[in-house]
Amino acid sequence: MGRIVLENVTKSFGSTEVIPPLNLTIEDGEFAVFVGPSGCGKSTLLRVIAGLEDATSGKVLIDDEDVTEISPSKRGLAMVFQTYALYPHMSVRKNIAFPMRMAGMSEEEQEKRITAAANSLNLTDYLDRKPGQLSGGQRQRVAIGRAIVRDPSAFLFDEPLSNLDAALRVGMRLEITEMHERMKTTMIYVTHDQVEAMTMANKIVVLQAGVIEQVGSPLELYHRPRNKFVAGFIGSPKMNLIEGALAEEQAAHTIGIRPEHLSISDKEGLWQGTVGVAEHLGSDTFIHIHGIEGCDPMTMRAAGDVSFNHGDRVYLTPDATQIHKFDAQGLRVE
Amino acid sequence: MAIVAQSSKYGDIGRAILAWAVGLLFFFPIFWLVLTSFKTDADAVKPEFLFFFTPTLENYLNMTENYDYWRFATNSVITSVFATVFALAVGIPCAYAMAFKPTRGTKDLLMWMLSTKMLPAAAVLYPMTFLTKSLGLFDTHFMVIVVLMLINLPIVIWMLFTYFKEIPKEIIEAGQMDGVNTWGEIREILIPLAWGGIASTALLCFIFCWNEAYWTVRLTTTEAATLSKLIEGNRAPEGLFFGRLSAVSAAAVGPIIVLGWFCQKQLVQGLTFGAVK
Repeated sequence: MGRIVLENVTKSFGSTEVIPPLNLTIEDGEFAVFVGPSGCGKSTLLRVIAGLEDATSGKVLIDDEDVTEISPSKRGLAMVFQTYALYPHMSVRKNIAFPMRMAGMSEEEQEKRITAAANSLNLTDYLDRKPGQLSGGQRQRVAIGRAIVRDPSAFLFDEPLSNLDAALRVGMRLEITEMHERMKTTMIYVTHDQVEAMTMANKIVVLQAGVIEQVGSPLELYHRPRNKFVAGFIGSPKMNLIEGALAEEQAAHTIGIRPEHLSISDKEGLWQGTVGVAEHLGSDTFIHIHGIEGCDPMTMRAAGDVSFNHGDRVYLTPDATQIHKFDAQGLRVE
Repeated sequence: MAIVAQSSKYGDIGRAILAWAVGLLFFFPIFWLVLTSFKTDADAVKPEFLFFFTPTLENYLNMTENYDYWRFATNSVITSVFATVFALAVGIPCAYAMAFKPTRGTKDLLMWMLSTKMLPAAAVLYPMTFLTKSLGLFDTHFMVIVVLMLINLPIVIWMLFTYFKEIPKEIIEAGQMDGVNTWGEIREILIPLAWGGIASTALLCFIFCWNEAYWTVRLTTTEAATLSKLIEGNRAPEGLFFGRLSAVSAAAVGPIIVLGWFCQKQLVQGLTFGAVK
């Protein structure tokens, strides 16, 4: 079991309030991702749940038990750090065994779990090495191994893939998602990378300046962002946000249209502009278009390889059913 | 390319010469001391016997027979070892708390501790003498150990604090998440990781305890007297008996020089490699 509830949790460092009163429920078995720009308080929130930071006020409940005053070691949670935080003086085997040894588990049981963890994480050949002799990806696997052998009620991940190179990151992302599918244990994952958030989560919590902007499934956030911040943060490339005359035509202060919901033509269309940079990814082409009032440049995504030259005059047409409208406060208007 | 290589070669030679010069400068007094200790008191003051003299063990034999060198040496070992052990026993938890659980007052506290080293020892001579005598602790091992520990504690805590600060905080936090209590963090994670730093702190503390003279001379007479007291006792106001004094001094500093010589390599080691990134 691992249902985590935050009730009016606040966190201040001195006189600076980094998290104003915040309420959040993470159901048992969920994969929740805290996402937001750096400094938004997502890591702090995770550390409050872990117990590594005290909440200034409010309550943290794990399975309906108030753990606000309980030390991290007694909360039954496991954490994977961005910097791996392995014990450099211990072998991989001893690193993984450490939490079990601290819990007073029998040697046989320890060995059984180490073997199982090493098998599932491809660490069998490295058990007798020290962390210093491993690559970044292997070290992060050891950190995950150390977390899973404890059978925690929830896993906490603090930007675990940030120190890895791009290719490795995609691989590890899949491994962690698969691990969640297999174990069905609650996981809370902090990242600033919205792609990680979209691909891994059942539930995304978008944070800005310590405030929850929206909570929902990845597709909910994609299709129905509650405000301009979420609209701009979720999705890659970013949603085009248009202000001024074009928005007023739609009776809104701002309208948003995702790059994939625009069509391009050199003959006719609604909005006229000129081609700037085109980014060819093979599968897609991102074209940046200048000269459209209220949004410069506007990005459009075309499937496959589309060839327009720099400076070409083109027309863009939005899919009318996919236009998001926002009022002057930036909130979504239906 | 060639020019750069050439000039750096001359630079290397220059640095080597400078290093040797500084090394010899520091070594010379010890060499002089040892040399003099093998001269008779009469030869010791004669300039013509500077390097050419008939070596004698008379001073050393005299020292062990007449002054009970071994008792003083044993006292030095006992007081220095225990003072170092106790200083570490107090200093490690203290520096741990300051490094990993700092509060707003931590920096001030560290500065204050260091400031106690700026107090002239003479300023507290009377209260200390009075206190030890009225508590019946004058000339006891216990008193010497406590005083040696206390005067070195600020340095010990500062050094340990500096070493502990080098350990990534996440490793300690990982320990907390893995279910260890505070004592477990210190024993299982902190001490093994900071082992090099703790060893050099211990060595330095031991050297300071061994060399301490102000208090050991004044708070002891015979029972707990250390080698500093033995040297002090052999110092003649007229400046005579140089050979004898040198032998006593050489025998007092000898063990600590040998210890430092053997430990120098072990002291330079870092264990935190590969912990993070």
